[in-house]
Amino acid sequence: MSDLETFRRETRAWLEANCPPEMRRPMTSENDTYWGGRNAKFSSEPQRVWFERMRDRGWTVPDWPKEYGGGGLSPAEHKVLREEMAAMGARSPLSSFGIWMLGPALLKYGTEAQKKEHLPKIAAGLIRWCQGYSEPNAGSDLASLQTRAESDGDDYIINGQKIWTSYANYADWIFCLVRTDPAAKKHDGISFILFDMASKGVSTKPILLISGYSPFCETFFDNVRVPKSQVVGQVNRGWDVAKYLLQHERAMISGMGERGVGRPLGQVAADSVGTDERGRLEDTMLRSQISTFEVDEAALAAAAERAIDLAKAGQSHPAFSSAMKYYGTELNKRRHEILMSAGGIDALEWESERSRGGARPRAWLRTKANSIEGGTSEVMLGIVAKRILDLPGA
Amino acid sequence: MPLVLTEEQSMLRDSARGLISDKAPVSHLRHLRDSKDATGFSRDLWKAFAEMGFSGLLVPESFGGSGLGCVEAGVVMEEIGRTLMPSPFLSTAVLAASALARGGSEAQKSAHLPKIADGSLLAALAIDEGAKHRPLQISLQAVRSGNGFKLNGAKALVVDGHTADLLIVAARTGGSAGERHGLTLFLVDPKAKGLATERTIMVDAHNAARIEFSNVEVNADQVLGEVDQGGALLEGVLNIGRGAVASEMVGLSEEVFGRTVTYLKERKQFGKLIGEFQALQHRAAQLYIDIEITRAAVLKALQTLDGDFDRAGAAVAVAKARAGTTATLAVQEGVQMHGGMGMTDQFDIGFFMKRARVCQELFGDSNYHADQLARTKGY
Repeated sequence: MSDLETFRRETRAWLEANCPPEMRRPMTSENDTYWGGRNAKFSSEPQRVWFERMRDRGWTVPDWPKEYGGGGLSPAEHKVLREEMAAMGARSPLSSFGIWMLGPALLKYGTEAQKKEHLPKIAAGLIRWCQGYSEPNAGSDLASLQTRAESDGDDYIINGQKIWTSYANYADWIFCLVRTDPAAKKHDGISFILFDMASKGVSTKPILLISGYSPFCETFFDNVRVPKSQVVGQVNRGWDVAKYLLQHERAMISGMGERGVGRPLGQVAADSVGTDERGRLEDTMLRSQISTFEVDEAALAAAAERAIDLAKAGQSHPAFSSAMKYYGTELNKRRHEILMSAGGIDALEWESERSRGGARPRAWLRTKANSIEGGTSEVMLGIVAKRILDLPGA
Repeated sequence: MPLVLTEEQSMLRDSARGLISDKAPVSHLRHLRDSKDATGFSRDLWKAFAEMGFSGLLVPESFGGSGLGCVEAGVVMEEIGRTLMPSPFLSTAVLAASALARGGSEAQKSAHLPKIADGSLLAALAIDEGAKHRPLQISLQAVRSGNGFKLNGAKALVVDGHTADLLIVAARTGGSAGERHGLTLFLVDPKAKGLATERTIMVDAHNAARIEFSNVEVNADQVLGEVDQGGALLEGVLNIGRGAVASEMVGLSEEVFGRTVTYLKERKQFGKLIGEFQALQHRAAQLYIDIEITRAAVLKALQTLDGDFDRAGAAVAVAKARAGTTATLAVQEGVQMHGGMGMTDQFDIGFFMKRARVCQELFGDSNYHADQLARTKGY
């Protein structure tokens, strides 16, 4: 038996013994997950048990080096772990922008001191991070950002405003793009900096969305003092770090359909529209929409798997995450349109016990942001056209 | 298994691409079409295929082949799709070889597989009878007669049927239309008494035949697999064929797309390269993404066929459905973006459009496979 097969067998046995049954069911909503942080709360005992067991093995970040709190798994072992977790429907033990976005950027661009300071706390869920990128006049055109950091001895003094800062009101620290050289060309004067959200001069205000939730905030910086040692990568070269990190963000968003919530679409539809004597959905057009969707969904899952394998084989194009982001988010919007269609009137309940607080229409409305956040679908297509297909600039 | 080609598979791709692009570019198909070639493909090229081991790719080593898998067959099919090279690869090396290897007796395997591997035997699989692919609707009757059976009925769109030295015929020995039980596969000599073959010229200038059976006698030893139990064997062989055709469509889509992107960078209108227009850039980007997603789904299906054959059905349905949709879009966009030139016979794009339509129909179109997926999921 190969080492990998042994690893698979042992991993399966460990997961079977340690993953509580409650953590093998689909999430009921986007908030039904553990985010960690200074003020973290577990929503259930099984959630706590599952998180702590995985953390103790370094499996909140299985492929990070052990010295930074990771599991030290090889790419092949990491894939086995993902496959075995998927096979039993095991949830991710920790949701974290630190894991998905900042961690990979720190591993690539951080100093040794920065890695030692921040990575283990991300792995252990001790610090919850948010991302300070977008500004009121710098959304898709991110490099137009104006938040400025002025030099003052060993520190920077930061002033400005961010917007769409996801969960800024719950975050402990922020990774932030600031302008350190206002005279430079727009991509060349930006730095990537980390600081504590408890710093004097930081304030946040939630933004209520059409879904009735407030995952996003406006974030204001009023003379916030930050040590220069907290710049990641070179001063004025923050765009490199940001681009690298955006690839991870896009890969993460493209997977949202996969981590889909709830029961299979066919079953949801069967409950409301009924089936004929052969067990097929009465609404044949809906049945065909669902089956076509499921073809595309399975194809996307294969493409996501292949994207990881290509990256590991050193064969992927750096802009490919834009392709995945486009497809994944458009598909996820389709899923929720189908869910609404399948649910009919029942899916429209906003406030009632039965509707679990309007979970379905809220989730549907939430997906409308998928093709905007992290770069709009149009921007993604533009990136693919120019960077992958090498079509001429307009 | 990582969803990327291994080094050996990449080498196989490179050697197939070298041979095919050198000896059989699209002009090869054009020449066969224009000369109304009686065979419809080049026997010399098939010999060259055999010498490189391609014809015996799925034939076990013990019968003279290389005993490789569906991923490798897909690699070759993809290269075939790039130039639309007509060849008996699908009918003989993929379908017949896997039908014999999976269902044949030792005697049947020894009689036919070495000849498939060395390129001396051509074979064809005769399944569909109606306009659409519906394997369970097979009604060609095989009635017991003496030591054997008598076959009566007709088959349509038998790929390479008119050049085959051996036919593998799906017939009904029991049950009724719509049932899987009662299907039986037979090995039939195309020269048998009562068998009439009519070559049809298809829209894509590839080979197909209509075959009629009128009291065609076959012996009991011509049964492939077990009487009445051929449904599972046929479905397995069809899944291999579906994976192969999906690969051909990936190659076809990528080739059309590549030609189209090149054109977007060359053609000027309104004083600009048309590739500068955002409307076309976004459509090209969407098509690129569709092709990449499809490529992954097809490779996944082929790997599943090699690794977990009996559970590959859903992955194959996904691959064939996706590939059909993507190929259809690729050829439509290819013609549209080439403008009037795309409509001319002189230009190659039309060949891809015609082949894509045939590949879409072969072994179930996108609707058929989306429906199959829905059935397996129970809605």
